Amino acid sequence: MDHHFILRVVSKMLIPPILLYALYVQFHGDFGPGGGFQAGVIFAVGFILYGLVYGLDHLRRVAPPAIVRAGIALGVLLYAGTGAYSLFKDKNYLDYSALADPERAVGGQHLGILLVEAGVGLTVASVMIAVFMAFASRAPEIKDTDW
Amino acid sequence: MKLRNLFAVVMLSGVFSLLSAGLFVALDAVDVAFTEAAVGAGISTVLMLGTLALTHQEEKPAQHSRALPLLVVFVTGAALLYGTADLPPFGSADTPVQQHVAPEYIERTPKEIDIPNIVTAVLASYRGYDTLGETVVIFTAGIAVIVLLHGSTRRRRREDGEETDS
Repeated sequence: MDHHFILRVVSKMLIPPILLYALYVQFHGDFGPGGGFQAGVIFAVGFILYGLVYGLDHLRRVAPPAIVRAGIALGVLLYAGTGAYSLFKDKNYLDYSALADPERAVGGQHLGILLVEAGVGLTVASVMIAVFMAFASRAPEIKDTDW
Repeated sequence: MKLRNLFAVVMLSGVFSLLSAGLFVALDAVDVAFTEAAVGAGISTVLMLGTLALTHQEEKPAQHSRALPLLVVFVTGAALLYGTADLPPFGSADTPVQQHVAPEYIERTPKEIDIPNIVTAVLASYRGYDTLGETVVIFTAGIAVIVLLHGSTRRRRREDGEETDS
Protein backbone atom coordinates (compact mmCIF):
# COMPACT_ATOMS: atom_id res chain seq x y z
CA MET A 1 0.00 0.00 0.00
CA ASP A 2 2.93 2.29 -0.66
CA HIS A 3 1.06 4.73 -2.83
CA HIS A 4 -1.93 5.22 -0.51
CA PHE A 5 -0.60 8.49 0.79
CA ILE A 6 -3.82 9.70 2.41
CA LEU A 7 -4.42 6.36 4.15
CA ARG A 8 -0.89 6.38 5.56
CA VAL A 9 -1.07 9.93 6.85
CA VAL A 10 -4.57 9.57 8.32
CA SER A 11 -3.78 6.26 10.02
CA LYS A 12 -0.59 7.74 11.44
CA MET A 13 -2.66 10.53 12.95
CA LEU A 14 -5.30 8.11 14.26
CA ILE A 15 -3.09 5.51 15.95
CA PRO A 16 -1.90 7.63 18.94
CA PRO A 17 -5.45 8.69 19.93
CA ILE A 18 -6.60 5.05 19.58
CA LEU A 19 -3.88 3.82 21.93
CA LEU A 20 -4.55 6.67 24.35
CA TYR A 21 -8.26 5.92 24.29
CA ALA A 22 -7.53 2.26 25.00
CA LEU A 23 -5.56 3.24 28.09
CA TYR A 24 -8.42 5.53 29.15
CA VAL A 25 -10.92 2.69 28.77
CA GLN A 26 -8.57 0.37 30.68
CA PHE A 27 -8.04 2.58 33.70
CA HIS A 28 -11.41 4.32 33.71
CA GLY A 29 -13.29 1.00 33.81
CA ASP A 30 -13.89 1.43 37.54
CA PHE A 31 -15.82 4.64 36.96
CA GLY A 32 -17.55 4.24 33.62
CA PRO A 33 -18.19 1.64 30.97
CA GLY A 34 -15.11 -0.24 29.90
CA GLY A 35 -12.49 -2.54 31.31
CA GLY A 36 -9.80 -4.95 30.30
CA PHE A 37 -11.68 -6.73 27.51
CA GLN A 38 -12.70 -3.60 25.63
CA ALA A 39 -9.42 -1.81 26.27
CA GLY A 40 -7.40 -4.80 25.07
CA VAL A 41 -9.34 -4.95 21.83
CA ILE A 42 -9.02 -1.20 21.22
CA PHE A 43 -5.30 -1.29 21.99
CA ALA A 44 -4.86 -4.16 19.53
CA VAL A 45 -6.84 -2.24 16.91
CA GLY A 46 -4.15 0.45 16.92
CA PHE A 47 -1.52 -2.15 16.06
CA ILE A 48 -3.74 -3.93 13.54
CA LEU A 49 -4.44 -0.65 11.74
CA TYR A 50 -0.71 -0.07 11.56
CA GLY A 51 -0.19 -3.59 10.21
CA LEU A 52 -2.96 -3.19 7.62
CA VAL A 53 -1.64 0.08 6.24
CA TYR A 54 2.13 -0.33 6.57
CA GLY A 55 2.45 -4.07 6.13
CA LEU A 56 3.29 -7.00 8.35
CA ASP A 57 7.04 -6.44 8.37
CA HIS A 58 6.66 -3.01 9.91
CA LEU A 59 4.20 -4.41 12.46
CA ARG A 60 6.68 -7.16 13.37
CA ARG A 61 9.29 -4.51 14.02
CA VAL A 62 6.95 -2.53 16.31
CA ALA A 63 5.50 -5.56 18.09
CA PRO A 64 7.95 -8.47 17.91
CA PRO A 65 6.01 -11.77 17.77
CA ALA A 66 8.00 -13.23 20.66
CA ILE A 67 6.96 -10.35 22.95
CA VAL A 68 3.33 -10.54 21.80
CA ARG A 69 3.27 -14.28 22.49
CA ALA A 70 4.80 -13.72 25.90
CA GLY A 71 2.10 -11.11 26.59
CA ILE A 72 -0.62 -13.69 26.03
CA ALA A 73 0.71 -15.82 28.86
CA LEU A 74 1.78 -12.92 31.10
CA GLY A 75 -1.75 -11.51 31.27
CA VAL A 76 -3.23 -14.79 32.50
CA LEU A 77 -0.28 -15.16 34.85
CA LEU A 78 -0.91 -11.69 36.30
CA TYR A 79 -4.57 -12.51 36.88
CA ALA A 80 -3.97 -15.94 38.37
CA GLY A 81 -0.97 -14.63 40.31
CA THR A 82 -3.12 -11.97 41.97
CA GLY A 83 -5.41 -14.76 43.10
CA ALA A 84 -2.53 -16.91 44.29
CA TYR A 85 -1.10 -13.99 46.27
CA SER A 86 -4.23 -13.84 48.41
CA LEU A 87 -3.88 -17.58 49.03
CA PHE A 88 -0.44 -16.94 50.55
CA LYS A 89 -2.00 -14.25 52.72
CA ASP A 90 -4.41 -16.82 54.21
CA LYS A 91 -7.40 -15.53 52.26
CA ASN A 92 -9.56 -17.15 49.64
CA TYR A 93 -8.35 -17.33 46.05
CA LEU A 94 -8.99 -13.98 44.29
CA ASP A 95 -9.97 -12.28 47.55
CA TYR A 96 -8.41 -8.89 46.85
CA SER A 97 -8.72 -7.63 50.42
CA ALA A 98 -5.45 -9.50 51.02
CA LEU A 99 -3.66 -6.86 48.90
CA ALA A 100 -3.99 -4.11 51.51
CA ASP A 101 -4.07 -3.64 55.28
CA PRO A 102 -6.98 -5.44 56.95
CA GLU A 103 -8.55 -2.14 58.05
CA ARG A 104 -8.42 -0.80 54.49
CA ALA A 105 -9.98 -3.73 52.64
CA VAL A 106 -11.55 -1.37 50.08
CA GLY A 107 -8.10 -0.25 48.91
CA GLY A 108 -7.18 -3.88 48.36
CA GLN A 109 -10.26 -4.31 46.21
CA HIS A 110 -9.26 -1.28 44.11
CA LEU A 111 -5.74 -2.62 43.62
CA GLY A 112 -6.97 -6.13 42.91
CA ILE A 113 -9.45 -4.96 40.26
CA LEU A 114 -6.73 -2.80 38.67
CA LEU A 115 -4.34 -5.77 38.52
CA VAL A 116 -6.76 -8.32 37.14
CA GLU A 117 -8.11 -5.84 34.58
CA ALA A 118 -4.54 -5.17 33.50
CA GLY A 119 -4.04 -8.91 33.12
CA VAL A 120 -7.21 -9.24 31.06
CA GLY A 121 -6.25 -6.28 28.89
CA LEU A 122 -2.73 -7.62 28.28
CA THR A 123 -3.98 -11.08 27.29
CA VAL A 124 -6.76 -9.78 25.05
CA ALA A 125 -4.55 -7.25 23.26
CA SER A 126 -1.75 -9.80 22.74
CA VAL A 127 -4.13 -12.49 21.49
CA MET A 128 -5.76 -10.09 19.02
CA ILE A 129 -2.41 -8.89 17.66
CA ALA A 130 -1.06 -12.47 17.49
CA VAL A 131 -4.19 -13.77 15.72
CA PHE A 132 -4.02 -10.91 13.22
CA MET A 133 -0.34 -11.67 12.60
CA ALA A 134 -1.10 -15.36 12.16
CA PHE A 135 -3.77 -14.59 9.57
CA ALA A 136 -1.82 -11.88 7.78
CA SER A 137 1.40 -13.90 7.59
CA ARG A 138 -0.38 -16.56 5.53
CA ALA A 139 -2.22 -14.28 3.15
CA PRO A 140 -0.52 -13.19 -0.05
CA GLU A 141 -0.10 -9.45 -0.43
CA ILE A 142 -3.55 -8.03 -1.18
CA LYS A 143 -3.73 -6.23 -4.48
CA ASP A 144 -5.86 -3.09 -4.80
CA THR A 145 -7.83 -4.66 -7.62
CA ASP A 146 -8.99 -7.49 -5.33
CA TRP A 147 -11.32 -5.28 -3.35
CA MET B 1 -32.15 -11.10 -0.63
CA LYS B 2 -29.32 -13.23 -1.96
CA LEU B 3 -25.63 -12.45 -1.68
CA ARG B 4 -22.81 -14.51 -3.11
CA ASN B 5 -20.10 -11.92 -2.57
CA LEU B 6 -18.66 -12.77 0.84
CA PHE B 7 -16.99 -9.36 1.15
CA ALA B 8 -20.44 -7.77 1.19
CA VAL B 9 -21.62 -10.39 3.69
CA VAL B 10 -18.75 -9.58 6.06
CA MET B 11 -19.45 -5.86 5.76
CA LEU B 12 -23.16 -6.39 6.40
CA SER B 13 -22.48 -8.48 9.50
CA GLY B 14 -20.22 -5.68 10.74
CA VAL B 15 -23.03 -3.19 10.20
CA PHE B 16 -25.46 -5.53 11.96
CA SER B 17 -23.05 -5.77 14.89
CA LEU B 18 -22.77 -2.00 15.13
CA LEU B 19 -26.56 -1.67 15.03
CA SER B 20 -26.94 -4.19 17.84
CA ALA B 21 -24.36 -2.20 19.81
CA GLY B 22 -26.71 0.77 19.44
CA LEU B 23 -29.54 -1.45 20.61
CA PHE B 24 -27.57 -2.37 23.74
CA VAL B 25 -27.03 1.34 24.46
CA ALA B 26 -30.77 1.86 24.16
CA LEU B 27 -31.23 -0.97 26.67
CA ASP B 28 -28.81 0.75 29.10
CA ALA B 29 -26.19 -2.00 28.80
CA VAL B 30 -23.28 0.25 27.86
CA ASP B 31 -20.56 -2.22 28.86
CA VAL B 32 -22.03 -4.87 26.58
CA ALA B 33 -22.51 -2.31 23.80
CA PHE B 34 -18.87 -1.32 24.12
CA THR B 35 -17.72 -4.91 23.77
CA GLU B 36 -20.04 -5.54 20.85
CA ALA B 37 -18.82 -2.45 19.00
CA ALA B 38 -15.14 -3.21 19.64
CA VAL B 39 -15.15 -6.98 19.13
CA GLY B 40 -18.15 -7.63 16.89
CA ALA B 41 -17.95 -4.67 14.57
CA GLY B 42 -14.21 -4.06 14.80
CA ILE B 43 -11.93 -7.05 15.28
CA SER B 44 -14.28 -9.73 13.90
CA THR B 45 -14.71 -7.83 10.65
CA VAL B 46 -10.95 -7.43 10.23
CA LEU B 47 -10.34 -11.14 10.96
CA MET B 48 -13.14 -12.17 8.58
CA LEU B 49 -11.52 -10.05 5.87
CA GLY B 50 -8.21 -11.74 6.66
CA THR B 51 -9.92 -15.11 6.24
CA LEU B 52 -11.43 -13.99 2.93
CA ALA B 53 -7.97 -13.08 1.69
CA LEU B 54 -6.91 -16.67 2.48
CA THR B 55 -9.94 -18.30 0.85
CA HIS B 56 -12.31 -17.04 -1.82
CA GLN B 57 -14.49 -14.00 -2.14
CA GLU B 58 -17.40 -15.78 -3.78
CA GLU B 59 -19.64 -18.29 -2.08
CA LYS B 60 -19.91 -21.64 -3.83
CA PRO B 61 -23.43 -22.57 -5.01
CA ALA B 62 -25.17 -24.81 -2.48
CA GLN B 63 -25.25 -28.51 -3.32
CA HIS B 64 -28.21 -29.46 -1.16
CA SER B 65 -31.75 -28.22 -0.81
CA ARG B 66 -32.42 -25.03 1.14
CA ALA B 67 -35.80 -26.17 2.44
CA LEU B 68 -34.55 -27.69 5.70
CA PRO B 69 -32.39 -24.71 6.86
CA LEU B 70 -35.23 -22.35 6.01
CA LEU B 71 -37.65 -24.46 8.04
CA VAL B 72 -35.25 -24.53 11.03
CA VAL B 73 -34.85 -20.75 10.88
CA PHE B 74 -38.58 -20.16 10.73
CA VAL B 75 -39.37 -22.58 13.55
CA THR B 76 -36.65 -21.05 15.76
CA GLY B 77 -37.83 -17.53 14.96
CA ALA B 78 -41.43 -18.44 15.71
CA ALA B 79 -40.40 -20.04 19.02
CA LEU B 80 -38.46 -16.90 19.99
CA LEU B 81 -41.37 -14.63 19.07
CA TYR B 82 -43.69 -16.87 21.09
CA GLY B 83 -41.28 -16.59 24.00
CA THR B 84 -41.13 -12.80 23.92
CA ALA B 85 -44.89 -12.63 24.43
CA ASP B 86 -44.31 -13.91 27.97
CA LEU B 87 -41.52 -11.47 28.87
CA PRO B 88 -42.16 -8.83 31.53
CA PRO B 89 -42.33 -5.24 30.25
CA PHE B 90 -38.96 -3.59 29.53
CA GLY B 91 -37.39 -1.99 32.59
CA SER B 92 -39.86 -3.30 35.13
CA ALA B 93 -38.24 -3.69 38.55
CA ASP B 94 -40.15 -6.72 39.81
CA THR B 95 -38.80 -9.27 37.33
CA PRO B 96 -37.03 -12.36 38.71
CA VAL B 97 -33.66 -11.27 37.33
CA GLN B 98 -33.84 -7.96 39.20
CA GLN B 99 -34.75 -9.62 42.49
CA HIS B 100 -32.24 -12.45 42.68
CA VAL B 101 -28.69 -11.18 43.31
CA ALA B 102 -28.80 -7.76 41.66
CA PRO B 103 -30.13 -5.84 44.73
CA GLU B 104 -27.44 -7.40 46.86
CA TYR B 105 -24.68 -6.32 44.45
CA ILE B 106 -26.14 -2.80 44.32
CA GLU B 107 -26.28 -2.65 48.08
CA ARG B 108 -22.89 -4.18 48.83
CA THR B 109 -20.72 -2.63 46.12
CA PRO B 110 -20.47 0.91 47.62
CA LYS B 111 -19.52 -0.57 51.00
CA GLU B 112 -17.21 -3.43 50.00
CA ILE B 113 -15.66 -2.38 46.70
CA ASP B 114 -16.36 1.37 46.60
CA ILE B 115 -16.16 1.92 42.85
CA PRO B 116 -18.94 3.66 40.89
CA ASN B 117 -19.24 1.08 38.10
CA ILE B 118 -21.05 -1.89 39.61
CA VAL B 119 -20.55 -3.89 36.41
CA THR B 120 -16.79 -3.78 36.94
CA ALA B 121 -17.19 -4.68 40.60
CA VAL B 122 -19.27 -7.74 39.72
CA LEU B 123 -17.04 -8.71 36.81
CA ALA B 124 -13.66 -8.38 38.50
CA SER B 125 -14.38 -9.01 42.16
CA TYR B 126 -17.63 -10.81 42.94
CA ARG B 127 -17.32 -12.97 39.85
CA GLY B 128 -13.55 -13.02 39.62
CA TYR B 129 -13.55 -16.75 38.88
CA ASP B 130 -15.79 -16.26 35.85
CA THR B 131 -13.58 -13.55 34.46
CA LEU B 132 -10.46 -15.63 35.07
CA GLY B 133 -12.16 -18.40 33.11
CA GLU B 134 -12.99 -16.02 30.27
CA THR B 135 -9.40 -14.82 30.14
CA VAL B 136 -8.19 -18.41 30.01
CA VAL B 137 -10.66 -19.06 27.16
CA ILE B 138 -9.16 -16.16 25.18
CA PHE B 139 -5.67 -17.42 26.04
CA THR B 140 -6.52 -20.92 24.80
CA ALA B 141 -8.17 -19.63 21.63
CA GLY B 142 -5.19 -17.45 20.82
CA ILE B 143 -2.72 -20.28 21.40
CA ALA B 144 -4.85 -22.59 19.25
CA VAL B 145 -4.94 -20.13 16.34
CA ILE B 146 -1.19 -19.57 16.54
CA VAL B 147 -0.48 -23.30 16.61
CA LEU B 148 -2.88 -24.03 13.73
CA LEU B 149 -1.76 -21.24 11.40
CA HIS B 150 1.93 -21.01 12.21
CA GLY B 151 2.49 -24.76 12.43
CA SER B 152 1.35 -25.29 8.87
CA THR B 153 3.39 -22.43 7.40
CA ARG B 154 6.52 -23.75 9.01
CA ARG B 155 5.82 -27.23 7.67
CA ARG B 156 5.16 -25.91 4.20
CA ARG B 157 8.34 -23.88 4.29
CA ARG B 158 10.29 -26.98 5.28
CA GLU B 159 8.74 -28.93 2.41
CA ASP B 160 9.63 -26.12 0.03
CA GLY B 161 13.18 -26.21 1.34
CA GLU B 162 13.41 -29.98 0.73
CA GLU B 163 12.19 -29.52 -2.81
CA THR B 164 14.85 -26.97 -3.58
CA ASP B 165 17.46 -29.20 -1.97
CA SER B 166 16.60 -32.17 -4.17
